[in-house]
Amino acid sequence: MTEATATGAPGSLSGDSTLDLSSGKYIKVWQGPQHPGITGNMSLELVVCGDEVVECKTHVGYLHRGFEKLMERRTFIQNFTMVCRIAVPEPTFNEYLYAAAVEDLAGIQVPERAVWLRTLNLEMMRLASFLMWLGGSGASFGLYTIPQWAVAHRDFVLDLFEEVTGSRIYHMYIVPGGVRAGLPDGFKERATDVMIRIEKMLGEVERIVFHNAVFKKRAKGLGIITPEMVDHYGIVGPNARAAGVARDLRKDEPYLAYGDLDFEVATGTASDAYERAWVRFQEIHQSIALIRQMIERMPMDGPFQAPVPNVLHWKIPAGETYVKAECTRGEYGYYLVTDGSEYLRRIHVRGPSYTHAVALMEKLAVGTNIADISGLMVSLHTYPPEIER
Amino acid sequence: MNALLKRLKKEFKLTEIVERRSGLASCKVRRDVAETLIRELRDREGYSHLAFLTAIDYIEKGVFTLTYMLHSHRDQTNLAVHVDVPREAPEMTSIHTLWAQAGTYQRELHEMFGIEFPGSPRQYEDFCLEGWDQIPPMRKEFDIVAYSEATFGSREGRASEEPREHMKESIYPTRGGDS
Repeated sequence: MTEATATGAPGSLSGDSTLDLSSGKYIKVWQGPQHPGITGNMSLELVVCGDEVVECKTHVGYLHRGFEKLMERRTFIQNFTMVCRIAVPEPTFNEYLYAAAVEDLAGIQVPERAVWLRTLNLEMMRLASFLMWLGGSGASFGLYTIPQWAVAHRDFVLDLFEEVTGSRIYHMYIVPGGVRAGLPDGFKERATDVMIRIEKMLGEVERIVFHNAVFKKRAKGLGIITPEMVDHYGIVGPNARAAGVARDLRKDEPYLAYGDLDFEVATGTASDAYERAWVRFQEIHQSIALIRQMIERMPMDGPFQAPVPNVLHWKIPAGETYVKAECTRGEYGYYLVTDGSEYLRRIHVRGPSYTHAVALMEKLAVGTNIADISGLMVSLHTYPPEIER
Repeated sequence: MNALLKRLKKEFKLTEIVERRSGLASCKVRRDVAETLIRELRDREGYSHLAFLTAIDYIEKGVFTLTYMLHSHRDQTNLAVHVDVPREAPEMTSIHTLWAQAGTYQRELHEMFGIEFPGSPRQYEDFCLEGWDQIPPMRKEFDIVAYSEATFGSREGRASEEPREHMKESIYPTRGGDS
C-alpha cells in the first residue's frame, strides 16, 4: 500500500514506509539503542516479515552533545580537550585532525620528530581500535572467546599509550604545534613485546574465527557491497577496499610519515561481511608492521613542539581548510572555517560512520535475516558518536 | 585543478576561486546553477566522491553558505563548492539523486539550520533532536546558555561536610560528635 504523505510525494519517494503494517504480516522491532551489535548507542527500527528484515531505519541522537556548536564558542586551545571525545574508541584521529587543521590555518610547521610521534600514535590507535572491533565482531557472531582475548590485548596497547601520553583513552597528546612528550626509556622493547603478544593471539584468532565453519556460513554472502555502490553511498575505508576499490588516504594523499613507510593497501573481492573482516584482519597485521618500522626508524632526538602564539589570546587568520586521515573506518575529516577572531566560525567533523550506518545500513539490512543484523553492523564498523557530533 | 576552474568559471560564472593549498580549492557558484555544476563535476570531471555537505551561518551577511566538499580520485584533489542561500527563506535544490547519503546530510541541515531541500527523503523527520520546538540550534542566534538555563535551571550545589566532624557525628551520634 503506497500512502501519500503530507508533502504529496508517494511513500517510496519520500522515504516513508510503503508497507501495510496493519496487514498482520509484519512486526516492527527496535534493535538498540543499547548497543545494537556492540557498536555504540544508536537504534535500528526494523520491520520484519518472518525473520527477514524488509525495512530498516537508523535512528541516532542518543549521544548528541552538540560538539560542533560548543566548539564555536570556545577558544582554539579549549577545543583541543573536546575533540577527542567525538569518537570514543579512536580519539587520536580527532586530536591529530584538529591540530593539523589549526596548524594549516595558522601556518605552523611541525618538527620532524613530532611528525613521527604522531604517526606512531595514530597506528597504535588503529591497532587498539581494530582489536576492539575484533572483539565486537566475534561476539556478534556468537564467538564469545574472541572479545575476552581481543579486549585484553587492547589493554596492552593502552598500557603503551599510558606510558607515552599519560592517559589510556583520551590522550590529549597531539596538540597544535606538535606533541606533548617524546618516548620514554625502554619503550621500544616494551612495544616490541606487546606486538609479539598480539601477533600470537592473532594466530589463534585466525584459526578460530576465519577458519570457523559457523562464522564462514554466517558471514559469507552477508551485506554485499558492489563496487558501483562505493561512490554512490560515499563508502570509504575497509568497506570499500573489500569491494576491490584500493583507496587508502595513507597511500593516495600521504600525510605525516606515511610517505616514508613501506606497506601495501589490503583489498578483497567478495565484499561481504567475511571479506571485510578479512581485510581488517590484514590491516591489523599491517598496523603492527608499521609500528615496528617506526620504532626502528623514528628520530629519538630533537624538538617535538613548534612554537605557537599565546594560546589564551590566539587569533587565527580568516580562511577554511579540510584535512583528512585514514582511520580504521576510512576517511575521517575536519573542516574548519575561521574569521580572524579567537573563535571558530564553523567546524564540521566528517566521520565515515555517517554514511555507513545510515544510508548504507538502511540499504543492506533489507533482505537480511534479523539474527545477522548485529553481524552486519559490526562488519560495517560504525561508531555512532561521530555521526551525531 | 586550476585549468578546470578556469574553464568552468566562464560557463557557470564562478566567483571567489581560491587555491587553499595543493589539492584543496574552493569556489562560489550561484544557487540556480549549483546543482548543474555539481552534476557536471561528478559526471564529467571525476569528482565522484561527496566527502560531506554542511552549512556555515554568516548571520551578519544574512546568508547560509553551503559547502559541498567533492573529491576526485583521478587526481586526488578536493574541491569545496560554496553556495549562498538567504537566511530568510533558506532553500536549496536537493542532490539526493546524485549521492545516496546526501539525503542524510540534507535532513540534518534542515534540523540544525532550518534549510529546506524540496523533495529530499525524510527531511522532516527528526535526526538527532527529538521533539525540538526552538529555532534550529546551529543558527548563530540560538543562545545555548539561555536555553540551558531556561530548560534545565541551575542545579543546587551539593552539601559538603567537614570530614573529621562528619565521621565523628556518624560514629558517635549520642556524644554529639564530641569524642
